[in-house]
Amino acid sequence: MTTAVKTDLAIFELALRMGDNALILAQRVGAWCGHAPVLEEDIALANVALDLIGQTKMWLSLAGEIEGRGRTADDLAFLRDARAYRNVLLAEQPNGDFAHTLMRQFLFDAWHHPMLLALKSSCEKRVAYIAGKADKVVRYHLERSEDLVIRLGDGSEESRERMQAALDALYPFAGELCAADAIDSELAERRIAPDLSGIGESYIAYLKRTLGEATLNAPWDAATRKGGKNGMHTEELGYILAEMQWLQRAYPGAKW
Amino acid sequence: MYAQMVKSTGERPKTLDEMTPEERAFQQRVDADIKIEPKEWMPEGYRKTLVRQISQHAHSEIVGQLPEGNWITRAPTLDRKAILIAKVQDEAGHGLYLYCAAETLGVSRDEMTEQLLSGKAKYSSIFNYPTLTWADIGAIGWLVDGAAIMNQVQLQKCSYGPYSRAMIRICKEESFHQRQGYDIMMKLCAGTAEQKEMAQDALNRWWQPSLMMFGPSDKDSVHSAQSMAWKIKPMSNDELRQKFVDQTVPQAEYLGLKIPDPDLKWNEGKKGYDFGEIDWNEFYEVLRGNGPCNKERLDARRKAWDDGAWFRDGLMAHAQKAKARRLAAE
Amino acid sequence: MKNEWPLWEVFIRGQHGLAHRHFGSLHAPDAEMAIKNARDVYTRRNEGVSIWVVRASDIAASAPGEKEPLFDRSNSKIYRHPTFYDIPEEVGHM
Repeated sequence: MTTAVKTDLAIFELALRMGDNALILAQRVGAWCGHAPVLEEDIALANVALDLIGQTKMWLSLAGEIEGRGRTADDLAFLRDARAYRNVLLAEQPNGDFAHTLMRQFLFDAWHHPMLLALKSSCEKRVAYIAGKADKVVRYHLERSEDLVIRLGDGSEESRERMQAALDALYPFAGELCAADAIDSELAERRIAPDLSGIGESYIAYLKRTLGEATLNAPWDAATRKGGKNGMHTEELGYILAEMQWLQRAYPGAKW
Repeated sequence: MYAQMVKSTGERPKTLDEMTPEERAFQQRVDADIKIEPKEWMPEGYRKTLVRQISQHAHSEIVGQLPEGNWITRAPTLDRKAILIAKVQDEAGHGLYLYCAAETLGVSRDEMTEQLLSGKAKYSSIFNYPTLTWADIGAIGWLVDGAAIMNQVQLQKCSYGPYSRAMIRICKEESFHQRQGYDIMMKLCAGTAEQKEMAQDALNRWWQPSLMMFGPSDKDSVHSAQSMAWKIKPMSNDELRQKFVDQTVPQAEYLGLKIPDPDLKWNEGKKGYDFGEIDWNEFYEVLRGNGPCNKERLDARRKAWDDGAWFRDGLMAHAQKAKARRLAAE
Repeated sequence: MKNEWPLWEVFIRGQHGLAHRHFGSLHAPDAEMAIKNARDVYTRRNEGVSIWVVRASDIAASAPGEKEPLFDRSNSKIYRHPTFYDIPEEVGHM
């Protein structure tokens, strides 16, 4: 590559982070198709996966555009290795029982929606455009996941136990969503993305309220597990990519 | 087809003279193409046959999610992944519409699910074959959905209102299913030698099972006559199968693929293709539960149902609690 | 088995200005979830702007046998139909 290409690294990272979150979560959620507890839920969950893939395409296309080296959304999705992936650790956590899947979705949606709302006023027009396209559907994701968490938390004894176990396992990963690093600070300074600590405060307040209604208790003081945003993943991601990227890797250059 | 082995009651349909006045009035309505609606009088055999046919059809949609769902996490591009999820989701939706249509005949979805999971109810034999390569996803869309659409288009005219209406919606929604499959095949056939080989191999494996989808040959299918008289199965198995072969051969030629049948040849006299005898032993074995994936398919559905019990019960428990709280507040 | 989610009938207003039309049915533990499920099941292709759900068991229906007394009556009132009246062409559209 020549030095003529000058990538705005901060925006590139933002687009990758947003896109990779959507992609890895869609990959997880999509695996439920045909296996969910009831038909109505099977269909609803597929809608979530489809919405997230749509958003993946927009964010990763933007990332490719900003990078300026001609990589498409598919190139970025199927030909990057784990260390170059920027999704939060929460997104790559296993589906577990359905309670884990729902809790993971809820903890993600509860951050994703306010994040997109804030990105709508980004001074980078392309970021604002994608956020504007995504925020309404994500509001619906949150409505649904919030509703299910409340109902199952305040449901039967078994459903409460399972939701609590899922919350105990997954809450430590929630902190990463709102933990700002140098890139986030630069983005906030340049008014491209919101100040994550602000999002974080209302995120925690919202979780307290909603989980309270669900009669669930988060391990609020648990140490935060993070690293995905900078490419330090759990071992889960390698397996996700091995499966997802297999055809593209096995038949280099083939068109599908 | 999606309901390959629906046994209806009688051997041959009664003539109008042999019928009771109620039966005669019913048959005359059917003959006049007036739809039968839930709760109207209908012969018990009509009701029973329909429940079996619609529930088998529904089960086929539900089990049919599995072979294709198998490739969602491995779809080669973002678009292919989205299309495949949308398609598998449609299958869940179509299963749901069909269960609802059967429910109008006085059987609950849980009862039907129970029958599927216990192995008592049948579903289409086609879904007991494995999807081994990405080309199988193309072949299923092209051949299996192609065959299914052929069957479903005629069922839109079925005499039972709820079934007919479900079919109309399903046909409308499925119009993209076959095309996306053919599109996958076109890409593969225009691709590398390995890709084309993958496509030919998929056609080789899915061709016969697709022909079996239409059910046994008319000469061995004693139950069709009554179903045709009741207009719950407007065309015969062999008629549909012939139509499918005639439609599909030129599509394979366009792709540059070879239909795996040495006996296949154009018959100018009947303006259609002659084709080789189908391996009916294999068909009956698969229906009997001895196909390559029967066990895996049922196990997957049982697991989904059993593992999901707490979810369904938990939401029911919440609904009851919330209702009690509302009543107490009033 | 015993705890099956009840069946709901779904009515959807396809576009602003149109009446709600029966679209199909589904299962849900209560009305609120029935609406959410209806959105996911029946509006996958942007089919609606408003959703009603009614518990199937709450629907009162005319018995099939009553069909004739209920509906034949209006068949005889052909004067309710615009085509009953011959308006001369010169009068124009009416």
